Amino acid sequence: MAKTVAITGNVACAHAMRQIDPDVVAAYPITPQTTIVEEFSNFVAKGQVETEYVTVESEHSAMSACIGASAAGSRVMTTTSSQGLALMWEMLYIAAGLRLPIVMHNVNRTLSAPINIHCDHSDSMGARDAGWIQLFSEDAQEAYDNTIQAIRIAEHPDVHLPVMVLLDGFIISHAIARLDLLEDDQVKEFVGAYQPGYHLLDPQHQATMGAFDGLHGNYFEFKRAQVEAIRNSKQVTIDVGKEFGAMSGRSYGLFELYEMDDAEVAVIVMGSTAGTTRAVVKELRADGVKAGMIKLRAFRPFPAPELAAAVRDMKAVAVLDRAESVGADAGPAYLEVRNALYDSERRPAIINYIYGLGGRDVGLELIRDVYSDLADLAGGKSVEAVSYLGLRE
Amino acid sequence: MANIKELAARQEQLTGGHRLCAGCGASIAVRQVLMATEYPVVVACATGCLEVSTTIYPYTAWRPSFIHSAFENSAATISGVEAAYQALRRKGQLDQEYRFVAFGGDGGTYDIGLQALSGAAERGHKMVYVCYDNGAYMNTGIQRSSATPFGAWTSTTPVGSERAGKMQTRKDLTSIMAAHNIPYVAQAAVSNWNDLIKKAEKAFEADGPAFLNVLAPCPRGWRYPSSETIQMAKLAVQTGFWPLFEVENGTWRVTSKVKERRPIRDFLEPQGRFKHMFNDEQALAAAQQWADSQWDRLHAMVE
Repeated sequence: MAKTVAITGNVACAHAMRQIDPDVVAAYPITPQTTIVEEFSNFVAKGQVETEYVTVESEHSAMSACIGASAAGSRVMTTTSSQGLALMWEMLYIAAGLRLPIVMHNVNRTLSAPINIHCDHSDSMGARDAGWIQLFSEDAQEAYDNTIQAIRIAEHPDVHLPVMVLLDGFIISHAIARLDLLEDDQVKEFVGAYQPGYHLLDPQHQATMGAFDGLHGNYFEFKRAQVEAIRNSKQVTIDVGKEFGAMSGRSYGLFELYEMDDAEVAVIVMGSTAGTTRAVVKELRADGVKAGMIKLRAFRPFPAPELAAAVRDMKAVAVLDRAESVGADAGPAYLEVRNALYDSERRPAIINYIYGLGGRDVGLELIRDVYSDLADLAGGKSVEAVSYLGLRE
Repeated sequence: MANIKELAARQEQLTGGHRLCAGCGASIAVRQVLMATEYPVVVACATGCLEVSTTIYPYTAWRPSFIHSAFENSAATISGVEAAYQALRRKGQLDQEYRFVAFGGDGGTYDIGLQALSGAAERGHKMVYVCYDNGAYMNTGIQRSSATPFGAWTSTTPVGSERAGKMQTRKDLTSIMAAHNIPYVAQAAVSNWNDLIKKAEKAFEADGPAFLNVLAPCPRGWRYPSSETIQMAKLAVQTGFWPLFEVENGTWRVTSKVKERRPIRDFLEPQGRFKHMFNDEQALAAAQQWADSQWDRLHAMVE
């Protein structure tokens, strides 16, 4: 039986970690992730987990210790934010390249400078090419659910890749929300026991990991194998999402379609702003407007053909990016969606909004503006391709 | 400690066929250190000569399990392996007892890896960290590190009309590690195998982290014939360039047994990297002064 609680997103993530009870956690505190490591420390102190908790001296060492622990055949988790993720950057690629199924929360916070502790997605967008699976969460419930599913996705033999569970800093991490926690036994059974492949602590088989590829040159083939693995993760993510749904009543896929059956205009969005967008769609539907929303859950792997199919019959689509790709003159999600549509015979008009940088608040009014622009675009009027939502100009 | 016959009978943990240079001090250090335990070990290695020359995919020169992840983090990486070991043992999923050892060069230890090493030492992982100190970034072509001696030519401290070699003296990393108050810290050299293996035995059996700083001469970087590696290390010990000592549970002890310390020029002269100093009496005097003060400081710690 599920237990309904009122806790913050970070505490929900810490509970998921407690229920998973990984062999090793190596983590370093950073705002706004800190309360995850604090809460998890309490579980360690009270003996509620058997985890070896390594209180490292930096995020670089956090990911390095996670790599060592995962290579040693244990189940490993960590958690970070922003500058911490940036400091890990070198090791993110190595975790993925060594095919280590580490699961990490990244509590989304912007990157300095100027230093700012609030939410945007520029930290994880900067790591989008590191070879990690990236799953966004709309709220605390999803952050909790994604954490549990991430273990199964990461460790699946067809995948064997690290997974980043993303939740919006402060908006999800620090706001108290109502959510359902699964029973400890349910989680334990769902994640099962980790079955590592080659690893360092097998007394019968010694392994050399992280060998040098300088002379014989297999790097290209290793990278190609990684691409295959992350492609495989699409079906695994769908299957695990269904199985999770059968257990919890909450099913997950690569993205969620909301009021999309007959929608003529839609917003594609990630993270907590999906909640705001959902509220606006409800209003518009009450007014008879055929508005919908696509909430992107998997950003890596990017579900390009699936998204193209989902929007093919629409008139106009807006992609909301909580990150800027400076110099690209558009946000990263927009560029991916636009690329996904290139080969479609039928495709909607598409526009982009950069919003919420450095925690700039995005309320209903701004989302209404987006749908109003979409109505104009659908009606044949010209709308600027890329614009800034909520910017003081 | 096992005698030399018994040591010789132990299986080599670093096999032949690796691509390290003839006369490389690093491979000698590794073989001597790994002779010092009969437990299976897991080895972590920083990016550097040792790593690139011993794990050329699809081959490996390592009999034990081995992991390389990056340059600055072999201490953090092995601390993760050790954490996994502790967890799996506690959960009853692993019976075999292991020892854990990380190797890094002086660049990967004194410089870019110092934070990770300090952190792992402070956390108290049961691990041995071995720095094979050859006094420069040899893998990338002899660039200066904070372990490079005063006056030495390197490719980033060249000899010119305005500057001649490295202007600064070496960082005293062994003392820095002793200041972590970990159970065992020692300085050793590949020339004194008996001393080194004894220290490695103590390191492997210490109740917590241990650090070994091992002088590992490099024929390429130091500019001497590759047959002279052991002789270079001997001169380093005899001149007080590299005193042998240990800090066991806080007690300092000199193990060099140098009856009469030779002048530092005996160490500098056979090496091409110090050639320019022999036109500069002031530089030679400064090198001698550095060796004297280091010697005095060490002996003050012992008393």
